[in-house]
Amino acid sequence: MGLSTISPTLLVASLMIAATPILLAALGELVVERAGVLNLGVEGMMITGAICGFAAAVGTGSPALGFVAAAASGAALALVFGFLTQILLSNQVATGLALTLFGLGLSSLLGQGYSGIRPPPTARFDFGPLSDLPFVGRVVFGHDWIVYLSLALTALIWWFLTRSRAGLTLRAVGENHEAAHALGMKVVAIRLCAIAFGGACAGLGGAYLSLVRVPQWTEGMTAGAGWIALAIVVFASWRAWGVLVGAYLFGGVTVLQLNLQAAGVAFPVEYLSMSPYLVTIAVLVLMSARSGRRALGAPACLGKPFHASQ
Amino acid sequence: MTDALLSVEGLTKAYPGVVANDDVSFAVASGEVHALLGENGAGKSTLVKMIYGLVRPDAGQMHLSGKPHAPASPKEARAAGVAMVFQHFSLFDALDVAENVALGMETPPPRRTLARRIREMSEAYGLPLDPGRIVGDLSAGERQRVEIIRCLLQSPRLLIMDEPTSVLTPQEVRILFATLEKLSSEGTAILYISHKLEEIRTLCDGATILRQGRVVGSCTPAEKSAAELAEMMVGSTLSAPKRARHEAGEVALEIRGLSLPPAHAFGTPLRDISLTLRKGEVLGIGGVAGNGQDELLAALSGEMRSPAGRIELAGRDIGGLDPTGRRDLGLLTAPEERLGHAAAPDMSLTENALLTAHGRERLARHGFIDWSKARGFAERVITAFDVRTPGPENAARSLSGGNLQKFVIGREVLQRPAVLVVNQPTWGVDASAAAAIRQALLDLAAEGAAVIVISQDLDELMEISDRFAALNEGRLSDPRPAEGLSVEEIGLMLGGAHDLERPGGDRPAARPASDAGAAEAHPS
Repeated sequence: MGLSTISPTLLVASLMIAATPILLAALGELVVERAGVLNLGVEGMMITGAICGFAAAVGTGSPALGFVAAAASGAALALVFGFLTQILLSNQVATGLALTLFGLGLSSLLGQGYSGIRPPPTARFDFGPLSDLPFVGRVVFGHDWIVYLSLALTALIWWFLTRSRAGLTLRAVGENHEAAHALGMKVVAIRLCAIAFGGACAGLGGAYLSLVRVPQWTEGMTAGAGWIALAIVVFASWRAWGVLVGAYLFGGVTVLQLNLQAAGVAFPVEYLSMSPYLVTIAVLVLMSARSGRRALGAPACLGKPFHASQ
Repeated sequence: MTDALLSVEGLTKAYPGVVANDDVSFAVASGEVHALLGENGAGKSTLVKMIYGLVRPDAGQMHLSGKPHAPASPKEARAAGVAMVFQHFSLFDALDVAENVALGMETPPPRRTLARRIREMSEAYGLPLDPGRIVGDLSAGERQRVEIIRCLLQSPRLLIMDEPTSVLTPQEVRILFATLEKLSSEGTAILYISHKLEEIRTLCDGATILRQGRVVGSCTPAEKSAAELAEMMVGSTLSAPKRARHEAGEVALEIRGLSLPPAHAFGTPLRDISLTLRKGEVLGIGGVAGNGQDELLAALSGEMRSPAGRIELAGRDIGGLDPTGRRDLGLLTAPEERLGHAAAPDMSLTENALLTAHGRERLARHGFIDWSKARGFAERVITAFDVRTPGPENAARSLSGGNLQKFVIGREVLQRPAVLVVNQPTWGVDASAAAAIRQALLDLAAEGAAVIVISQDLDELMEISDRFAALNEGRLSDPRPAEGLSVEEIGLMLGGAHDLERPGGDRPAARPASDAGAAEAHPS
């Protein structure tokens, strides 16, 4: 036993798989936060997506339908948050935390009777002979379609936020909702759309855990992935490509930790488990020590309630 | 007026507890610059918001070029040819100029075309702008240009301007007026809201005067004196603050070569500030917002500590003391932002009084609050400064801006400061409350305290200051006696004069604010 048992090909390939759930959830949260809303319920929406997607996939036998159901359930839960914070103007932090607790409880309730079942397998995307190439074949062309979807989504969100008119409007709402309102933008409607999108992404991420990565249903199986997704958004300074880097970095640490454990390296695993969070805190401190919110790129209206009075 | 572009008949809008507009009627012709005059709360803003589609009237109607005008949203109003420049800029700090402009348009052209059109338009109207710059880095004057260009790109027939000059230097005001005159000569009607009566007299062709939501008169401003206009607005005569002659006493506060980093990301660093303040003197510090006013106040209040030997109060080094320590020694401050900085919005007036006065007024003993004494102090402030509120148990948030400002200033004045520093003491306060606050500051100085008034309102500074200094990009000019200072000289002090003797190489990034200011500051 030793480090030599760790295969770099498998390491990279499993890194991508480990990173995909947090990448999806973080991309959703990125859009939500760019619209000026702080939804701390990512963990709750992920785990709800995980069980709903699992149940739907087992029930219908189709993993694709499972993912659709996961996205829908995540979005539905997010809209509860949206209704409470945007319409009833409840506190976003408290509501988000409540959403996480609610999601965890709801998922254990829904998940009764699903433990120990294997879901229908999600097929690898067929690239033909390309998949037989050494290393590249496994790492680049050897994944299921959700991995490619998450990568495409990163590019799409980058394009949306930086190049499209609708993305500009979304950023404007997150930057200064008063001014956006004065220009006639529908602040609340835009934010609700962003919240629903964020919920759908978190749901997809959750379902990826239960349908592909594990693949099984266990209570509380997200195990903090939602919190890592939240941290990654900050780590990425609210930029789409930064989210990708962050997710793969943290996915890498997770996989490395498992491999090291399997290889029997005498290094307390707890330190590695801590590392994503420690890295995030270190990055936050470094960035904010420089010059505050602006350098971080945080939307100026993040977490602030908006009411169109007068 | 038969050829009215915009006519408003019987417009009424009520909010719970207050009628903002009551049966308001007036008309604006094409190419006319029409002023809306009135004190705070007279209903000017509500009125233009209805024209711009942000607020829907309860009753009454509007016509634009003879056709009914009832916009349900700003989008519809813009489509009908109405554009508006807001009092508080409605810009997005983190976005660049072109993005900000695009957000205000219905169908913006591709970025490259838009950038070109912004350049063309801004040059045609003498308002140079770089479409690629981040708005948060722009000066107040440049930010306003962004708003104006955004409006002009939609070729509006009616341009609404809500207090456009309150943040501009005199030179920038002149450029703005030239732009507005060019626009009106091209047939655009302009609806102009301002407190500044002299401006209205030079610029506007007609005026409608509002008081408490009703039209109380209309006139041709050029035919009236500023005092007559003020009386029409207020409904009574105003007395100018009286100032007693007095000799400047010994040094109360001294700052030597103080430099500090900015307080926040869009702030301005203080650069080598020196000043000497004597007892019984009012020092006015002018300058456009964002040139270091907040930082200077923070440095004086103790919110930002200074290195040793930079700030002395009556000969004692106070640079390392916190606000409480400085208050104990008699240096009191009243920051600009009333809700959130000077006062805690959801706390009662008694609690707010306690916040700054607990030490000097001995409202707390052995760590326990003496509530009856605190309440008594709050009541004294309310009585002495004619704060209109049912009582000291009301939340600070429930007071109108002017009343809360009277309370915040009064709270400091009644603590008998040795040195009082106020930032924007009459910002957004109506004429009679402003006069009361200025008088209180003068009386305080007459009793021997030293007062620093930081303000953007030059008329105010000229009225109450003994000496005047300008704050520009974090640098303080040498104070000069306020008496006999011309508007031209003040403008040079505020705008670009510093650029002529730009000291050192410590400017981090070039700020076109000052470059443009320098260009404007030299009339050819």
